[in-house]
Amino acid sequence: MPLELRDARVTFGDGLFTRRRTIALDGVSLRLDPDAAETVAVVGESGSGKTTLTRLLLGLLRPNDGRVLWRGTDLRQLRGAALLEYRRSVQAVFQDPFGAFNPAHRVDRVLTLPARRFGLAVDATAAHALAVRAVEAVGLRPAETLGRYPHQLSGGQRQRLMVARAMMLRPRVIVADEPVSMVDASLRATILGALHALRLSGVTLVYVTHDLTTAWQLADRVMVMRGGAVVEEGGVEGVIGAPRHPYTRALLAAVPPAMPDPTWLEDAEAA
Amino acid sequence: MTPVLSVRDLHVEFGTPAGLARAVAGVSFDLIPRERLGLVGESGSGKTTTALALLRLIRPPGRIAGGVATLDGRDLLTAAPAELRRLRGARIALVPQGAMNALNPVLDIRAQFEDLFDAHGEPRGRAARRDRIAALLQSVGLQPEVMARFPHQLSGGMRQRVCIALAIALRPAVIVADEPTSALDVIVQKGVLATLARVQREIGAALLIVGHDMGLMAGFVHRIAVMYAGRLVEIGPVAEVFARPRHPYTRALIESLPRFGPRGVFRGLPGTAPSLVSPPPGCPLHPRCPAAIPRCAVEPPAETRHGPAHLARCHRAEEADLAA
Repeated sequence: MPLELRDARVTFGDGLFTRRRTIALDGVSLRLDPDAAETVAVVGESGSGKTTLTRLLLGLLRPNDGRVLWRGTDLRQLRGAALLEYRRSVQAVFQDPFGAFNPAHRVDRVLTLPARRFGLAVDATAAHALAVRAVEAVGLRPAETLGRYPHQLSGGQRQRLMVARAMMLRPRVIVADEPVSMVDASLRATILGALHALRLSGVTLVYVTHDLTTAWQLADRVMVMRGGAVVEEGGVEGVIGAPRHPYTRALLAAVPPAMPDPTWLEDAEAA
Repeated sequence: MTPVLSVRDLHVEFGTPAGLARAVAGVSFDLIPRERLGLVGESGSGKTTTALALLRLIRPPGRIAGGVATLDGRDLLTAAPAELRRLRGARIALVPQGAMNALNPVLDIRAQFEDLFDAHGEPRGRAARRDRIAALLQSVGLQPEVMARFPHQLSGGMRQRVCIALAIALRPAVIVADEPTSALDVIVQKGVLATLARVQREIGAALLIVGHDMGLMAGFVHRIAVMYAGRLVEIGPVAEVFARPRHPYTRALIESLPRFGPRGVFRGLPGTAPSLVSPPPGCPLHPRCPAAIPRCAVEPPAETRHGPAHLARCHRAEEADLAA
């Protein structure tokens, strides 16, 4: 049973003294089948609504109109065990590894707390064992990470820790919002590789990015957003390989070249 | 060709609780008139510190610990404050990373230009200045009316264009651009880069651009310089460096560039950059280098030449395929 957005609309007030509202998401639908273990890339620039969409999927924001459904039930109606099951099954990897952790908790606690809360570990020993396996799975050394505070880790280590926490809870869906936009090139491959491996373990991934090349490498399906609406969607070979919408084409044309190309900037000034 | 800017053995240090961090440890390069030179590397490689040191914008606890940077026969690193003020903006100018933080939020765009003109005493006269500002804004693709606006009324791309106009206002010989488009969306980024390249050509300046995106460099620069752990590890014509990288770190950066090739392939360089307080002996890359040999752990590699303008610091630079 899927995680689903149905005709979701989100508006934000522009200020205390105006009735004007900004439309962040203008009737967007998205159906994610956790059993398909597919990767859906949501591609767009600033203001396209892609982050608003992730906040709806994660239950961090409610739509003004339309619905967000988990296994057929509106998130607003989820209670008790069903709510807990949703919270465990849909996990987040955020863009900013500096703001995502409680600075007063050691890494060990960042991991064992949700493990206990979601009933994945019966006691502290089992929770610790889970935490050890989780950090090892993303290439971190437990001895160098678990006893530390988040501020003692590098940005790359924190980003991997976020992936580790999400994966440890054995979710059905992971929503990753620009997970590599703040990490260095050499680490980008490690994190994308870890996300790519999720599909093999049966997890559905929502990969939100402004970067068409990593969307190409990771995704089965692509949704291109602009101004709160979906302008093009479909299989990755179609949308990126043979785009139909002028905006998708413009995005593709703006991707920097992979090899030196002195002609890349010709006729680009009008953009 | 005589370089417009010549940097020799630049050292920059930062005092930290853990000890002295050598952010830039002996960097030398020349900037050739009218060229665009890219300075790349990961966070902490010293690329931005190198660029800012040329403008003497290193703040405590950082300090320039040694070296010479010659522009017009004068050393930028030892110039007296008054001379430095004359040179900055007029002979060497900065296009900063975050345009929002670089522009004064309480002044309109015109006043930001007036500030610059006041500092250098030219051009004189209200009408002459107005005309100059209008022409500068138009040269970067903005309407002259923008001069009456405040920074917060402009989009990120427009603000960055204002910063470019400010940088070229006094026709400097050298423009230093520190990740000038990293805050912009891709479509806007390409337009701003095209404008930067055109105005740089028009005023005949040389451009040093700092960045981390190898793809962007591939589309923008003539030569590329790669930094690792405060050292320049490779420099050369961009086509030559991409075709035959002589340093394993350069090769890793090129290979980790995402591309529209086979899907699901992610290549990077495992490990993290070394401590700048106590870097490993020998070559600083050796603990994570796929091509390291015992010699790399003891002996720092010297700079070797691999073409008329292609230099690298690697013991195995002569070997053809050291990625294996």
